[in-house]
Amino acid sequence: METTTVNNNFKSEEYFINMGPQHPATHGVLRLLLTIDGEIIKKVEPDLGYIHRSIEKMCERDSYQQIVHLTDRMDYLSSHINNEAVCLVVENALELEIPDRVKVIRTIIGELTRIASHCLWWGVMGMDVGALTTYFYGFRDREMINDIFEETCGARLTMNYNIPGGLMYDIHPNFVQRTKDFVKHFKTKIPEYDRLLTGNVIFQKRMKGVGILTKEDAISFGASGPVGRGSGYSCDVRKHHPYSALDKVTFNEALKTEGDSLARYEVRIMEMWESLSIIEQLIDTIPEGDYKVATKAVIKLPKGEYYQRVEAARGELGVYVISTGTKNPYRLKFRSPGFSNLSLLNHIAVGGKIGDLVASMATLDIVVPDIDR
Amino acid sequence: MKNKALQNLIGGWFPNPEADKVSEAVVETDETSEEKIAAPEAINPSLLEFTEEESQFLNILVQPEQLHSLMSQLKSNSDTSFDYLFCLSGVDWGAELGIVYHLESTTHRHSLVVKVNTADRENPTFDTVCDIWETAEFHEREVFDFFGVKFNNHPNLKFLFLTEDWEGYPLRKDYEDEINMVIK
Repeated sequence: METTTVNNNFKSEEYFINMGPQHPATHGVLRLLLTIDGEIIKKVEPDLGYIHRSIEKMCERDSYQQIVHLTDRMDYLSSHINNEAVCLVVENALELEIPDRVKVIRTIIGELTRIASHCLWWGVMGMDVGALTTYFYGFRDREMINDIFEETCGARLTMNYNIPGGLMYDIHPNFVQRTKDFVKHFKTKIPEYDRLLTGNVIFQKRMKGVGILTKEDAISFGASGPVGRGSGYSCDVRKHHPYSALDKVTFNEALKTEGDSLARYEVRIMEMWESLSIIEQLIDTIPEGDYKVATKAVIKLPKGEYYQRVEAARGELGVYVISTGTKNPYRLKFRSPGFSNLSLLNHIAVGGKIGDLVASMATLDIVVPDIDR
Repeated sequence: MKNKALQNLIGGWFPNPEADKVSEAVVETDETSEEKIAAPEAINPSLLEFTEEESQFLNILVQPEQLHSLMSQLKSNSDTSFDYLFCLSGVDWGAELGIVYHLESTTHRHSLVVKVNTADRENPTFDTVCDIWETAEFHEREVFDFFGVKFNNHPNLKFLFLTEDWEGYPLRKDYEDEINMVIK
């Protein structure tokens, strides 16, 4: 492409290389077009659409109950929270009074989902920077959560436990005890995570000062979730626009100001502690009552526009519904956290090495179906 | 800032030249009594149209010519400071194609929706806002893919999701694909 002479002796040449769509560090089918000079990155351009299913178009033909199921297939690691977002937008539009029991159960399972998602992220994050052990540790603990989900929701990953009006069925009798067991177990495991990876010198050197994102840039790029909070940007939807039972609990928003990969990593570790605390506050006080309210078989939202924001495991998920009063939405837009977070990859990777790109991308925690919708 | 105050402030940025001629007397009346101002005027005092009906946010409908200058003022003015564009959606309204911008201020924590429409379905074009909010670059490319809306001054306007030889605009209402679409 362009040839420049360095020190009068060596020629430096920019060239172009594909990373993905089958690269193990891109976690799915993400293709990055890299322009590099030696190992220094000059430009990163994502090429998307390898698994685009046009969920938004499908939503225009489906009923609201059916749409809930499609959202599982966006960010499959926070499927419960995605389901909740669509249910909330429908319930708010219909002005349904949702029982407290439903709200509390939704919040507990939502936080369990967040921990499970962060466990998986922690495992593959370690693997991306060369520590294979973390993968097994992360999956070991995530397995306990999946077992809880399997017993109560009937599925381990794409749960579909939420329906407009409440929950599909009541919680399993073992749910409370198994969740308490998990909380007790996991409290001994996060320090283990820290001992194994966080304090590791090689890991620290890979992460510290790499992929720096300032607070102003984070806001401008629409960063959300741990990516924004790693830059000191207070963007937790659970704090600013609480939904379900999140207004009843006290928790700290995990914030770091460094803005580098290590800060994003530490924010997620802190979030796991906060999620455990939220679960502990709610698990003994699940109110008695119905697990759903009756809705009509055909749900028609009143004419108008509705927007619901929730904090998914990767950041802010927005559901924007335009209804004309029929049984299908006229237009439904998902504002997915991964899409905005990916858009800043070029900004934080330029000037670094390819290895740093992998580390930065791991801390963005990209899930490609969430971007490709 | 409350919606009413936002409306008064933002509406004042784009005064309607027509309204001044007709209702000079009305401007003199007390600003606190809303009915007196609203009732006699048939002409909107601002070039922007405000509504709160059928939405949880304050909605502004802006003409494409004023879009960029409105957006940059919304971000730079310290009373509004809408620095976070949290959603940018393309919408096919039938006769018109439009863009809906959801904005929030991270300092004042108020929200706003800005809408812009065009009746030109053959060659719809708006000014880009990605010089104001960087996140708009990707979101506008998504709209370009699925609605065929072009953006002036966009630094890298090419297909993001679709293949280069794709024909048609999949999220428009008149899009047809007999093989891949299941119509109920």
